[in-house]
Amino acid sequence: MRDPKTIAAKLFEGDRLALSRSISWAEDADPRFPKTLACIWERVGKARRLGVTGPPGAGKSTLVNELARHLREADRTVGILAIDPSSPFSGGALLGDRIRMEDRTKDSGVFIRSMASRESHGGLARASVDACDVMDAFGFDEILVETVGVGQAEYDIVGAADTVLVVLCPGAGDGIQAMKAGLLEVADILVVNKSDLPGADRLQTDLEEATHTRDIRRDGWEVPVVGVSAAKDEGLDKLLGAVDDHRAHLERVGLEAVRRQKRAQQVKRVVGERLDEELWGDGGLGGRVDSALNAGSTAYDIAELLLQDVLGGKLMAQTRDSKTEAAH
Amino acid sequence: MSKRKIKVLVAKPGLDGHDRGAKTVATVLRDQGMEVVYTGLHQTPEMIAEVALQEDVDVVGLSILSGAHMSLFPRIREELKARGMGHVLLTGGGIIPVEDMETLHSQGFAKLFGPGTNTVEIAEWIQAEVEKLWSEEGAKQ
Repeated sequence: MRDPKTIAAKLFEGDRLALSRSISWAEDADPRFPKTLACIWERVGKARRLGVTGPPGAGKSTLVNELARHLREADRTVGILAIDPSSPFSGGALLGDRIRMEDRTKDSGVFIRSMASRESHGGLARASVDACDVMDAFGFDEILVETVGVGQAEYDIVGAADTVLVVLCPGAGDGIQAMKAGLLEVADILVVNKSDLPGADRLQTDLEEATHTRDIRRDGWEVPVVGVSAAKDEGLDKLLGAVDDHRAHLERVGLEAVRRQKRAQQVKRVVGERLDEELWGDGGLGGRVDSALNAGSTAYDIAELLLQDVLGGKLMAQTRDSKTEAAH
Repeated sequence: MSKRKIKVLVAKPGLDGHDRGAKTVATVLRDQGMEVVYTGLHQTPEMIAEVALQEDVDVVGLSILSGAHMSLFPRIREELKARGMGHVLLTGGGIIPVEDMETLHSQGFAKLFGPGTNTVEIAEWIQAEVEKLWSEEGAKQ
């Protein structure tokens, strides 16, 4: 299993090791991954992708486990991707989400992959979308993506999932929190987990008020607030009903167009990564910065020079400048 | 760009409720820059091998204090092989008599660690062994 074609063929045969290995290639930025993806691309796009995000301790893993169980009861196969944070100091990570999903390990209709966020800071890992694509091509009906525990402004999940669940629980802030810009705005469905705990009703009301007083989203979807207790298996059917409703909504407004928009974000990110590598990787153009600074240039001048080298003179600002000059 | 990271599965096989050691080792490996998956308690050999496959780990580290290592460890090795994961560095630790360590070693287990082992030593040993495995793999490509 060392070349993209073999691994793609194995993946189509349902070989779980091939699935696992190609996700590793994506994570390690192995040059074989883009080739593998090209071989399996025709089969990417059938799965529903559901993102689960929210603050640490809100019950994301427990909820994902319960969602997976319910989906399995409905005879849907499930791929799960669970992201945990990497240490900014050692680069290491402790991936512990599986512990809450242990019951699913014995089920051959479920595949769980833990992933460290590595150098990403948007709640996912760099290879998260890639892992979803591979699981999709493998043939899972449903893909559940659990982000790292997030604060108020980590939105990468929007680019990775068709439907985003933001999971909150009582005791983590008042109505003002619900009015703030940020995480709540990316939710397609707001989930109040631990709905059996005191304060859950209040949180639910605050969130409902916050969503109702906000302008209806441009795409016309009204964000529902669903109370569940994942640990006690309460409200899961209602939540999955809301997921179905959102899916139907997406199909009405044009699922493919929405997905292309999200895919475009990935293209943008990959370009950024490649530029980073070209500029700041070993032997990259960025090596000239020190001597240029030493020669007395400003940061802006140096940046301009580097960009001209990277883009071969096709700079937008430059074209604009020369047009303005010509007009004068 | 992303550098390949060593991924380790720390697993507790069988009926053994003591995981302070496993958690300590998991934390130390994390602090040495590795990505560590911890299974939780009471895992069957099948579950451990299945997690190793899904996570595509480089190392499986078994922690056992119950005395059942001579029956569980070889079964885990078989389950790993059956899933095409025979290449992983298979190690472990706990209360394992020296004679048993030798027997297991002859069955394909790498080094096993007893009580009192310096944790950083474990991390450095894993680092060195995995790098060896990776360079062999690279040579084959």
